[in-house]
Amino acid sequence: MRHLAFAAGLLGATAASAQTPELTVYTYDSFVSDWGPGPQVEAAFEETCGCDLKLVGVEDGAALLARVRLEGAHSGADVVLGLDTNLMAAAHKTGLFAPHGVSADFDLPVAWDDPVFLPYDWGWFAFVHDKGFDAPASLRSLADSDATILIRDPRSSTPGLGLLMWVRAAYGDEAGAIWEGLADNIVTVTKGWSEAYGLFMEGEADMVLSYTTSPAYHLIAEEDDSKTAAIFDEGHYMQVEVAAMMAATDQPELAGEFLRFMVSDRFQSIIPTTNWMYPAVTPAGGLPEGFETLARPGKSLLLAPEEAAALRDQALAEWRAALSR
Amino acid sequence: MLKLENCVIDNGGFFLAADLAVERGRIVAVIGPSGGGKTTLLEAIAGFLPVIEGAVLWRGRDITALAPGARPVAMLFQDGNLFPHLSAAQNVGLGLRPDLRLSRDQWQTVEDALARVGLSGLGQRKPAALSGGQRARVALSRLMVQHRDIMLLDEPFAALGPALKAEMLVLVAELARESGATVLMVSHEPEDARRIADEVIFVDGGQAHPPLGTKALFASPPDALRAYLGGD
Amino acid sequence: MARRAQPLGAGPGIGAAACLAALILGTLAAVAWRAEAGGGLTAADWAAVRFTALQAALSASLSVALAIPVARALARRRFAGRRALIALLGVPFILPVIVAVLGLLQVFGRAGWVSEALGLFGLPPVRIYGLHGVVLAHVFLNLPLATRLILQGWQEVPAERFRLAAQLGFGPWAMLRLIEVPMLRQVVPGALAVVFAICLTSFAVALTLGGGPRATTIELAIYQSFRFDFDLGRAALLSGLQIVLTTGAAVVALRLARGTGFGAGLDRPVQRWDGRGAPARAGDAAWIGGTALFLILPLAAIAASGLAGFAGLPPAVWRAAAVSLAVAGVSTGLLLLMALPMAGAVALGRYGLIEVAGLLGLAASPLVIGTGLFILLRPYTDPTALALPVTALVNAVMALPFALRILVPRASEVVERHGRLALSLGMGRGAFLRLVFLPRMRAQIGFAAGLAMALSMGDLGVIALFAGAETATLPLQVYRLMGAYRMEAAAGAALLLLALSVGSFWILDRGGRWHAEA
Repeated sequence: MRHLAFAAGLLGATAASAQTPELTVYTYDSFVSDWGPGPQVEAAFEETCGCDLKLVGVEDGAALLARVRLEGAHSGADVVLGLDTNLMAAAHKTGLFAPHGVSADFDLPVAWDDPVFLPYDWGWFAFVHDKGFDAPASLRSLADSDATILIRDPRSSTPGLGLLMWVRAAYGDEAGAIWEGLADNIVTVTKGWSEAYGLFMEGEADMVLSYTTSPAYHLIAEEDDSKTAAIFDEGHYMQVEVAAMMAATDQPELAGEFLRFMVSDRFQSIIPTTNWMYPAVTPAGGLPEGFETLARPGKSLLLAPEEAAALRDQALAEWRAALSR
Repeated sequence: MLKLENCVIDNGGFFLAADLAVERGRIVAVIGPSGGGKTTLLEAIAGFLPVIEGAVLWRGRDITALAPGARPVAMLFQDGNLFPHLSAAQNVGLGLRPDLRLSRDQWQTVEDALARVGLSGLGQRKPAALSGGQRARVALSRLMVQHRDIMLLDEPFAALGPALKAEMLVLVAELARESGATVLMVSHEPEDARRIADEVIFVDGGQAHPPLGTKALFASPPDALRAYLGGD
Repeated sequence: MARRAQPLGAGPGIGAAACLAALILGTLAAVAWRAEAGGGLTAADWAAVRFTALQAALSASLSVALAIPVARALARRRFAGRRALIALLGVPFILPVIVAVLGLLQVFGRAGWVSEALGLFGLPPVRIYGLHGVVLAHVFLNLPLATRLILQGWQEVPAERFRLAAQLGFGPWAMLRLIEVPMLRQVVPGALAVVFAICLTSFAVALTLGGGPRATTIELAIYQSFRFDFDLGRAALLSGLQIVLTTGAAVVALRLARGTGFGAGLDRPVQRWDGRGAPARAGDAAWIGGTALFLILPLAAIAASGLAGFAGLPPAVWRAAAVSLAVAGVSTGLLLLMALPMAGAVALGRYGLIEVAGLLGLAASPLVIGTGLFILLRPYTDPTALALPVTALVNAVMALPFALRILVPRASEVVERHGRLALSLGMGRGAFLRLVFLPRMRAQIGFAAGLAMALSMGDLGVIALFAGAETATLPLQVYRLMGAYRMEAAAGAALLLLALSVGSFWILDRGGRWHAEA
């Protein structure tokens, strides 16, 4: 009956905030959904913080950043959770975020020392397929093969942008040629993650752009071990998901406390089976059973945020040109 | 007395001139060729069409600017005199109070009015469940309860057979005599006029002529009327 | 008394139209005003404009071209299940986009039923992705609407004319030239414009079935300016362009064919004496059968894949269903509050601006309205707290053009037929509304309310821009389930959504017509 609470909240919002401090966290929609990490994170944090944690869902990472930019210095957010490295440079440039001052022992394939953006989970992009399918072993051999793939539009989806960066990071100025090779493999380009994965499950293509961790969902939640991720020789581009505190927050202590909580065992152990990503700090209890079966790339690719931002428009133009033929 | 003083009526570009008076309590037939302006005349008196020059007076009072419902006028149209989704009694009740918030006594008045036209016990029927003649009677009983000084009839019985139509006209005349109302009725049939009208207004070519006594008029019609009547 | 006396006031309708125009143009202005460094339109944007216009024109032409023989067959044949088939014609139109796309792909996709059947004969699978896929989907979504519009035209041909034609022994050619073509000339422009306008704002269908960036529509370009480039000026510019295109098409169509509507009660076949030969019968049967198959197969696919997930739907889905019903209910109420006065005002002869204002709802980008409202509301309140009311409002605005097409012809008829009598009885405006206008419009109000309710149920709308954890609607919950890999549950929730949309449409439409005298 939370929608009733919502209605009551309209009237009682001012009264409640006078008693318990409220921390507002903007995040992407799938984080707050009933099947995402949101409900567990909220319950766990509220046990100790003596506060009311309010999670606000905004479509996805790109929409999240647009929202914060729209609101500017008077944003209702205290913390923003759900940007990734491809959005970090633009986010940083807004000057809306403050240093976190949190140190943690990250289990990331790359070194992390950003003073403003704090990672909470990460994953490798990968093409997921059925085990029976004989997947190509590299982006280039995929481009040369007649395997069919489903990808996402980089203009409307953060994994879509991730693939653009992947091809760029692996092939540099050759990226355009790779895209031209891939053009005939692409069944279609969807607006978001859900549509592409849905089409894949309907059997519309051999492979779908997702994460190496996607098969873990099928294995753990559905006891279905038929899915796996293809490992490519060039290495796999990473998505590192980050959070940051708003500079203009009126709850700096509470926001800092939330960020520390975010890299703690409690939060990190929620991530693997709700967000289906690797936790940024492996919890003391290790990863859930099943994660050890996941394929792991030999090489990780990641462009520095400034580099990604600088390449973005050119990479998009290459992609459009190659796929519009 | 109903008076139209130097009136010019605008019916969307068709203009009708009228300068005439009708005595109280008279039953007047309005005749003339199609498109001559008979309906225009009635609609101007009822307040549906703008009078752009002159004035309409009832017993010396200028009613030109009054809204249709505020005039001492009740009107029956060629068709659509009843609301098809309301019962006969409700349709009559509208004549007492157009918002239908009727008292018990007023409902009794409605029942009596229906009985007067021979429709006892049919008040709950909707128009679709009544015959053409019965529907005309419902409309007439509404006219009755409205108690307006002027009744305007724009051929409401045109769709009825000759016998039924004659019966209705006699009923109209009876009701008018009972209440002392002034009646203007459009007609195509000189026979109708002869049957109940005291006087006749001839309308032709954008001009409404002052009323003349029925007998005298038909005995020696003016040229235009003679042409209309076909020289019989 | 400068003009004819009227039983209703046009004021409220003009007021409602003004509020609507203020909402749509005001939100657009808010977005433009908030723009920082505004870039102009790029070559890619113009390519998007061209593609949008092309696919919309093709979709509209094909939908209407196919609708003509289907409507003709439906108009002159009586057969068992005719009523059910016409009811079914309403379904694709009110289907949530993602559900429709998945249903279509189960039939026409690479691994769909058609491809499998072809595979039995050793033929390659069909390739649905591309411009033809976009057009196929738009025809699936809009053929039923076009058929309803044109069927209405056939039913409004006076019965005497068909009798006269039979008397004079008209052949099919004379029938076409003397009766059907003049009627179609009245009806077809309106149908073309409505379908064209609907297809102009298409986004997810065009992208998913278009197969790549070539299928970029204006709406996607708006989306990109917002999120990818954060260029609000360009977003406002594109949205303005979209409004100009839609209203331009609409104004042309309204000029060509004034006063054609959907009408209610289309289940009465026209009594005709022609087309009794075997070829005509076979042709009609083929058209009706083909259309039924084309519409039913994807719907059956949706139902079939949803059944498995339906039993174990999580409580969050039922909760979202309740939220959606409430939002759709409020949205329907808001819609009637706007549409009835506007229809009344049009009936009183104030068309022109009001009809155009009504069409703005079709043309406006939900993303721009949502963002504009967000910018406008933020100084005064927390927009997130208003997620549901805002969603209800935007959904109502989107349904308004359809509601007006349904209500206006009947409103004109009611004012025409009963206005003078009401005036002569001295009925006040309130009494006319209560005793005559609303009761006489009941069937149309029911139809419009049903359509609005169903459209609001199925539309993701602006909720995704504002939603908190507690305020998910059912379409959003379908997306969330898919986003959480729960494809089976998502299919189940989509089936629930379909059932609720169709159910609420059916109840309101029937309720309006129940015991309503002609």
